[in-house]
Amino acid sequence: MASPAPVVKSRSLNCPNCGGVVELRGFEHSRSAVCVQCCTIIDPSTPELKIIQRFSEKLRVRPLIPLGTRGNWHGAPYEAIGFQVRCINVEGTEYCWHEYLLFNPYKGFRYLSQYDGHWNDITTIRGLPTFTQVSGRKAVEFGGRTFRHFQHADAQTKFVMGEFPWAVRVGEKNVVDDYVDPPLSLSAEMADGEINWSQGSYVTGAEIWQAFKLKGTPPTAHGVYSNQPSPFKGKPGQAWRMALLLLCGWAALLFFFVISAGNDLAFSANHHFSPVQGEQSFVTPVFELDGGNKNVEVELRTDLDNNWAYFNLALINESTGQGYDFGREVSYYHGVDSDGSWSEGSRSDSATIPRVPGGRYYLRIEPEMEATASTFGQTPRGFNYTVNVKRDVPSTWLFWLILPFLIIPPIITSIRAAAFEGSRWAESDYAPSGGDDDDE
Amino acid sequence: MSVQANCPACGAPITFMWSSAVQTACPYCKAILVRHDVNIENVGEVADLPRDASPIQILTEGIFDNRRFMVIGRLVYQWEQGGWNEWHIAFDDGRSGWLSDAQAEYAVSFHVAPQAPLPSIEQARRGLAIQWGGLNYIITHRTEAAYVGFEGELPFRTTDRERMVFADLRTPDARFGTIDYSETPPLLYMGRQVDFDELKLRNLRMFEGW
Repeated sequence: MASPAPVVKSRSLNCPNCGGVVELRGFEHSRSAVCVQCCTIIDPSTPELKIIQRFSEKLRVRPLIPLGTRGNWHGAPYEAIGFQVRCINVEGTEYCWHEYLLFNPYKGFRYLSQYDGHWNDITTIRGLPTFTQVSGRKAVEFGGRTFRHFQHADAQTKFVMGEFPWAVRVGEKNVVDDYVDPPLSLSAEMADGEINWSQGSYVTGAEIWQAFKLKGTPPTAHGVYSNQPSPFKGKPGQAWRMALLLLCGWAALLFFFVISAGNDLAFSANHHFSPVQGEQSFVTPVFELDGGNKNVEVELRTDLDNNWAYFNLALINESTGQGYDFGREVSYYHGVDSDGSWSEGSRSDSATIPRVPGGRYYLRIEPEMEATASTFGQTPRGFNYTVNVKRDVPSTWLFWLILPFLIIPPIITSIRAAAFEGSRWAESDYAPSGGDDDDE
Repeated sequence: MSVQANCPACGAPITFMWSSAVQTACPYCKAILVRHDVNIENVGEVADLPRDASPIQILTEGIFDNRRFMVIGRLVYQWEQGGWNEWHIAFDDGRSGWLSDAQAEYAVSFHVAPQAPLPSIEQARRGLAIQWGGLNYIITHRTEAAYVGFEGELPFRTTDRERMVFADLRTPDARFGTIDYSETPPLLYMGRQVDFDELKLRNLRMFEGW
């Protein structure tokens, strides 16, 4: 019976080009093996060791993970047996990344890719992603996640080392579409009219250095990689939820503050002012302001129409004669122009005087109005107004001062999160500018 | 469960591990033996299988969907990107299925009856959908392969096999199927892709240095 040997032997071969020894690490899986001495790609599965290709030694790139290195990766030992450099060309600029082929004789193959210090752990997937759309852009659904299309490119192999379970060739091109849902990505590679899907998972160089016990430190990661998880992921939502919580507390405090204020109407009177009668200074009847150092609000409500008035006011303590002088201008204009109707100012105004001791008070009121303030030479018209004096009105300015401090942090977090996503997508086919025309 | 017989070519004792086996090879004289009820026919001589690096071998045991199985046979195919194995696995209850191993990617499938006529060999193109078990299976690959050889016990005879056409079926999850066009009407195999660890395989081959 042609039963296989219970122990699979590793083997080596002699390069048919230079005679150098090529050690095989992938057993009978290898369909191409590169002679490092002379840069010849050999097919070790053929008895005559067919040469697939020879390429220039000038193309050599040194892998960061030396081939033959084993590491404990995803719960099993894996050995780096192949290395290739692949590049895409975007508007005349070449972007290259490194791919390492990892092998375990029982669990098979997986890959590590490295670009500018960013690493991905890549496996082929089971199952078939389904195409969909997200905000009008291409996307795929797989494993309960939605991956948004990131880039469509022609990837060209620029250098190979070690072994591969397929026939590799320097210069070979494959159409690759990348989709991202950080920290994962999906890649669709077209080869011979068939789509091969693989899934990448973002990993840090430090994790790889530790797993493969590599010397030195991993290269520093620059920029934001397509499927790099955002450090701000979920943070804006968190910050907004926190702000909302604080706002609720803020509103509750404000509400409590407002309803706990006395807000008593101490005095109210209606008057008419006529500009033709000249100066019309008068004092109001005396009214009582209850005890304690509480504020007083003097409110003026007028029926001014396309006009203004100025009020000289004084709140005077009847017994001490101590007065609080202040002025208020009320103006209200409105009309219709080419932009539609407009209005400016307000018919009412108020002034709040802090910490007024309790006692008996009266107001001295002196309204003024420009004698010719009427429009189109009509007889100057006067106006009616109401004066309200309120004791202990809620003073809320401190609340409004605090408000920005509640809202600014989530806004900043949102901006930083958006900036991170902006950097990510700036490298994609969907960059806001750059005139990339291979969006489909 | 095992059945005893004698090789019609050399007279050596033959043991069928699986009572439903149709084809096996004489371990002594390499004759290909096909069972017809009580008679055993010598239909040729087995060819040596090429070296390969599958960790699985005859008598490897494992578990699939909580049922124990043993590897009792194997078919070897070759296509343009390499070879793969279809390991014939027999379960304790007498059923058998296939554990396919292509470059250490594994799938288990069973011969099933199609619920609707299968597409013809000409119709089987990538992207075509097939209904089975209420699900849409999509043809993702059409593989033209060469039959290389066999070992152990098989549920059918392989003496007429040479060029083969397979259509691979996939779903959005890890379900897996194959249409085998070596017979008319074609045969349908359904199952799923599995993780190496999930099968809890024992009695595996060893690898030098590992």
